[in-house]
Amino acid sequence: MSLDTSKIADTNKDRPATAKKPNRAGAVAGWADDRLKLGTLTKVFARKVFPDHWSFMLGEIALWSFVVLLLTGTFLTLWFTPSMSESAYEGSYTQLRGVPMSDAYASTLHISFDVRGGLLMRQMHHWSAMLFIAAMFVHMMRTFVTGAFRKPRELNWVIGSVLLLLGILEGFAGYSLPDDLLSGTGLRIADGLVKATPVVGTYMSFFLFGGEFPGDVIIPRLYIIHVLLIPGLLLALIGAHMLLLVFHKHTQWAGPGRTEQNVVGYPMLPVYAAKAGGFFFMVFGVTALMGALLSINPIWKYGPYDPSKVTAGSQPDWYMGIAEGLLRIMPNWETHIWGITISWNVMIPGQIIPFVLFGMIIGWPFLEQWVTGDKREHHLLQRPRNAPTRTAFLAAMVTVYGLLWAAGGNDILATHFHWSLNSITYFMRVAIFVIPPIVFYVTRRWCIGLQRQDNDRLLHGYETGIIMRSAEGGYTERHLPISEASAYTLTARNRDEIHQIESDVDENGVAAPDTRVARIRAKLSRGMFADNVQKPTAEELEEARHHAEHEHELETGLDHPAAGHEFDDHQLRDAGDVPLRQH
Amino acid sequence: MTDNLPETTHDDHAGVAMQEPIPDPGLPAHEWRPTDVDPKAEKRAERQVAGLFVLAIVGAIGFIVSYIAFHVGDNPDTIGNLGASNVALGVCLAVTLLAMGAGMIQWARKLMADHEIVEMRHPASSSQEDREAAVSILQTGLEESGLGRRPLVRNTLLAAGGILGLLPVIMLRDLGPLPGDKLDHTIWDLDTWNAEMKAWWATQNRTLQRVVRDVVGTPIKVTDLEIGDLVNAEPEVLFQTNPDTQAPLVEGTDLLVDKSKAAVILHRMLPSDIVSSQTLNWSVDGIVCYSKICTHVGCPISLNERTTHHLLCPCHQSTFDLADSGRVLFGPAARALPQLELTVDEEGYLAARRDFTQPVGPSFWERG
Repeated sequence: MSLDTSKIADTNKDRPATAKKPNRAGAVAGWADDRLKLGTLTKVFARKVFPDHWSFMLGEIALWSFVVLLLTGTFLTLWFTPSMSESAYEGSYTQLRGVPMSDAYASTLHISFDVRGGLLMRQMHHWSAMLFIAAMFVHMMRTFVTGAFRKPRELNWVIGSVLLLLGILEGFAGYSLPDDLLSGTGLRIADGLVKATPVVGTYMSFFLFGGEFPGDVIIPRLYIIHVLLIPGLLLALIGAHMLLLVFHKHTQWAGPGRTEQNVVGYPMLPVYAAKAGGFFFMVFGVTALMGALLSINPIWKYGPYDPSKVTAGSQPDWYMGIAEGLLRIMPNWETHIWGITISWNVMIPGQIIPFVLFGMIIGWPFLEQWVTGDKREHHLLQRPRNAPTRTAFLAAMVTVYGLLWAAGGNDILATHFHWSLNSITYFMRVAIFVIPPIVFYVTRRWCIGLQRQDNDRLLHGYETGIIMRSAEGGYTERHLPISEASAYTLTARNRDEIHQIESDVDENGVAAPDTRVARIRAKLSRGMFADNVQKPTAEELEEARHHAEHEHELETGLDHPAAGHEFDDHQLRDAGDVPLRQH
Repeated sequence: MTDNLPETTHDDHAGVAMQEPIPDPGLPAHEWRPTDVDPKAEKRAERQVAGLFVLAIVGAIGFIVSYIAFHVGDNPDTIGNLGASNVALGVCLAVTLLAMGAGMIQWARKLMADHEIVEMRHPASSSQEDREAAVSILQTGLEESGLGRRPLVRNTLLAAGGILGLLPVIMLRDLGPLPGDKLDHTIWDLDTWNAEMKAWWATQNRTLQRVVRDVVGTPIKVTDLEIGDLVNAEPEVLFQTNPDTQAPLVEGTDLLVDKSKAAVILHRMLPSDIVSSQTLNWSVDGIVCYSKICTHVGCPISLNERTTHHLLCPCHQSTFDLADSGRVLFGPAARALPQLELTVDEEGYLAARRDFTQPVGPSFWERG
């Protein structure tokens, strides 16, 4: 064993010349480590590897907009008064001076017109709320469509879903706080939804509003929910979400050297610390730009809440759009029986369907796992085409969402495009059942088509664009093999297995227990996976290679790089240049 | 490190080992960036990053200057209706933040080492050994506590815990009063009035409460309305003041609660256009009066189709026929708009003969 003596000065002294001076940072770190074991933590986490892909940034947008929400929201609390006590407005906004209004509304006006940067913070707060929920949605779709929710990440899928739901509730509570005409109308609708609850609806409404709507307690109650209760839950769940992310390590895309057993990417320190930190400032900066240049929720134009007033074209924030659409297209069913009223027209769209849709999304990973019986861990992402049924399901759900969203703005559509409001509503009532299945079918076939194309590329190579003419006068297109790395990436996926029931009866000829369940499972498995195109086997690839070599032999002599391009600008470079592309 | 990655066979599910058609070629070799090999490019990147950070400083100074220079005041209409202060502060803040972000990212991309690192994964589960140890520890705990052997202790504890959980629920009782029959009446009903209102009423020497214009509170004569007119109206008591104290009889939250039930609309049409006999009987010279509160989820209804006598709710587009008992023509509302029986009082002003004969607004369970 030889010592590295390069750092030791060539003197005869007994101490290395580069001995570290005791410095302050080191002392602080030592002090902290003595108490917190930070050294070990740093050793484990500081160089933690994160794989790189643009789609992994979507969740980060949600995380950073949440931080922006905390910062801007804290600023707003310094002036906002969550009270429904009334007084006449005396602030800077002349048009409303002397108008009686709640303290909540007056203080929101104060923030907008009498606090420097107040309007900016309000608008940034509202914009980042929209970004937060939008980013969660898109992040969730990415997770879904790539199968990132598979074992061991199912719990994180559930946590993420709950985060989305809480985010939407938080948003609703937030935009109800200013107590302006629009937010009051939103609360009025919420009251109608609550009252439609069977048996206890009226009591729930009276308890929520502290008496008859609108009462004088809903704003302070929503305020504490908005600034403490839900943010606390969000923080805790985001913490759990991130901890699980670190524990499971991030998923990655398949590729040369990227397998189920490893994770390949850049280390936390310094690359991701800088990139993610920088990205926080980017998200914050974009929000600031939006707050500066895009007006949002100009409450001074709506006036204070008055339950006898409303403006045409009232719209909730975008994420409430589907609830709005459901309410609008629901037929007017109501039952009056034994002296009670059951409002199907409000209960079904307001209290049942949103949770059914939510349940379908949250439950899909568990359904898929049950059908496949797959108990392995999965760390490699699936391309959307390689799970055609799942991708098609998402496409259908997105269609449902889009249709309901459009239905939620049926009055806007009617006035902007001069369509009949009634026709739009009737159309939506049918479309919501007809279009998603069509989208499902088309997406599924599309995915399967793309899978076929992948196999074509593997077996026959890529299309070079060079047309060959044979001695007989027939024309063919030259195909050349794709690179080894691309070929490996295309084949780095599992084969789907179709679950079969072994037998309806057990060995004694008696009907086996759970046959019905097994039958359903087998049927689902066939439906979900039977049409998928599997990657070629080694033999098929070998055979295709033989075939291609044979073709090439036939084409020898014709095979020189300038073929067909003698007289145009598309001169190939050298004979050694093939393959033309690296795909 | 990349060379000794295991050659994986992912398809060993159910014991069927199938060979991967193409073996893993392993991580591609690292490629140097221009900034790694060209000192000029490196210097340039360094200047770019520093330049961005300087820009961030400039933005922050601009923010401070704007904070002092611009007043928010009462004019939000400057610079594209956005307010000068808002735009200046926001843009400066955005420049600072974006420049900082871009600088950090440029630094990471161009100058920090870009060697990819391979980290091995480990199963999420604990080892079999640990699992067994955990189970035995839990069993020991269970046995030592005697939870299984002493059902009396266990069950009484469960009962105590359950009833303890009930306490917070009970404590929520005072969140609000019980509904009683509050939703069945509105302030159109003189019996719901408090003593102060009744004292004022006693001075009026009238028997019927007038239907007055919203906002201003002026009473309405039949001749004030043209055919096709729609007027937002309220009960007159909402606009009256106590003759002694000059304070409004109804104000604050009470006013909002009463408005949310008692708001009405008046609409005048040709008496011959009226379809249902009840609507005709409850009208005065073609003037009908309906609750303004939608029977769907309670939005105030206000969009009038002048010629058809249809009234459209702006929230969810339920449409009601004012010529025919407020019946639902379209949309998600299930019940007709409640009609208010209209008449003229001693001085010829429009007045309500009595309260609505049914609860107004959204449906609720006990509504019947």
